[in-house]
Amino acid sequence: MKIAVLSGKGGTGKTIVAASLAASLSESQYVDCDVEEPNGALFLNPEIIETTPVNVLVPKVDESRCDGCGACAKACRFNAIAVVKKKVLIFPEICHHCGACVIACPQNAISEVQREIGVVETDRNGRFLQGRLNIGEPITIPIIHKLKQSVREDKINIFDCSPGASCTVVQTIDGCDYCILVTEPTPFGMHDLKIAVSLVRKVGMPFGVVLNKAMAGDKTIQTYCKNEKIVVLMEIPFLREIAENYSKGILPVKMDKAWEGKFVRMFSSIVGGIEL
Amino acid sequence: MKIAVSATGKTMESQIDQRFGRAASFIIVETETMDYEAIDNLATLSSGGAGISSAQSVAEKDVKAVITGNVGPNAMNVLKAASIEIYKAAASTVKENVELFKKGVLEKISTTVPPHFGLGGK
Repeated sequence: MKIAVLSGKGGTGKTIVAASLAASLSESQYVDCDVEEPNGALFLNPEIIETTPVNVLVPKVDESRCDGCGACAKACRFNAIAVVKKKVLIFPEICHHCGACVIACPQNAISEVQREIGVVETDRNGRFLQGRLNIGEPITIPIIHKLKQSVREDKINIFDCSPGASCTVVQTIDGCDYCILVTEPTPFGMHDLKIAVSLVRKVGMPFGVVLNKAMAGDKTIQTYCKNEKIVVLMEIPFLREIAENYSKGILPVKMDKAWEGKFVRMFSSIVGGIEL
Repeated sequence: MKIAVSATGKTMESQIDQRFGRAASFIIVETETMDYEAIDNLATLSSGGAGISSAQSVAEKDVKAVITGNVGPNAMNVLKAASIEIYKAAASTVKENVELFKKGVLEKISTTVPPHFGLGGK
């Protein structure tokens, strides 16, 4: 079973929810797909034993064959190639690894070479997986792809998404069974929750909301969810104790056993509510 | 000498576009005769690599110099490879800048602004 945790807005508590859920279930595997800034390891303390590079294919020009015709630059949809004075300039960071330039070259002067953009890391007991994008790299998708290929299919995979609702998140939730949307009772939390809801509805994925930093006097999120017929799976109160522990790398489930029960019950209600 | 000027419009009276990669258009000027041609900058629509595409476009026009506001690192690399000099615009219209260029008072640009500067620094 695969569950994705996303939010739209950053800082609403994706990691606290994803890591707590993973820590509460004995047969889980936490997968950190926020590859630009993975932070689940701070709370789950995995013992990383294997680091696998993630490579992409970028073009390389054989100058002895190239006649500077410029067909490669014209074929590139991403402006990753320029041809000036019959010389080919390649910008590997901009390349989206589609291979169109290789096909377009009439001289067969372009081959593809491996370029490392990041790594995938696995822990000793198969409970933890994370991707890390190298600093300065703009394209995350190949790492998410590799993460999804590397998951333990025998476990309950909990995917911790990146913020937003763009390609990275779409790639992460693709093929999942359920989405947990984490939000907070702020105007930004509400605004981005609506975007996340429209995304999961568009891809036709069952989903529910976890309201983090819930405050007794504020019911805006609950009212929205009620009107939209969205299930609120859990409310995590806005408590100093939770924040202080979190700042030390201690999850609510490690602070108080009652939280573990709440997360296990949330998981049961998710499983009960969807047809696998 | 043939030069390119980044502009917000398509005439010699158009304002300079401070952005190179995402300039609305380029005015290609023959400085001897002041004959000119305006080209749309298709790179304004691209999601990435706008500077590279813009530099390629002006290089294809065989210009020897570019007058603009700011140039990013990738555009700078392409312009350098094409041996195109880059000058900093110092007046508001295309025509005024070309006049200043002919007098030799425009400063050469040799440093770049950060990537995506022309998108509002995002």
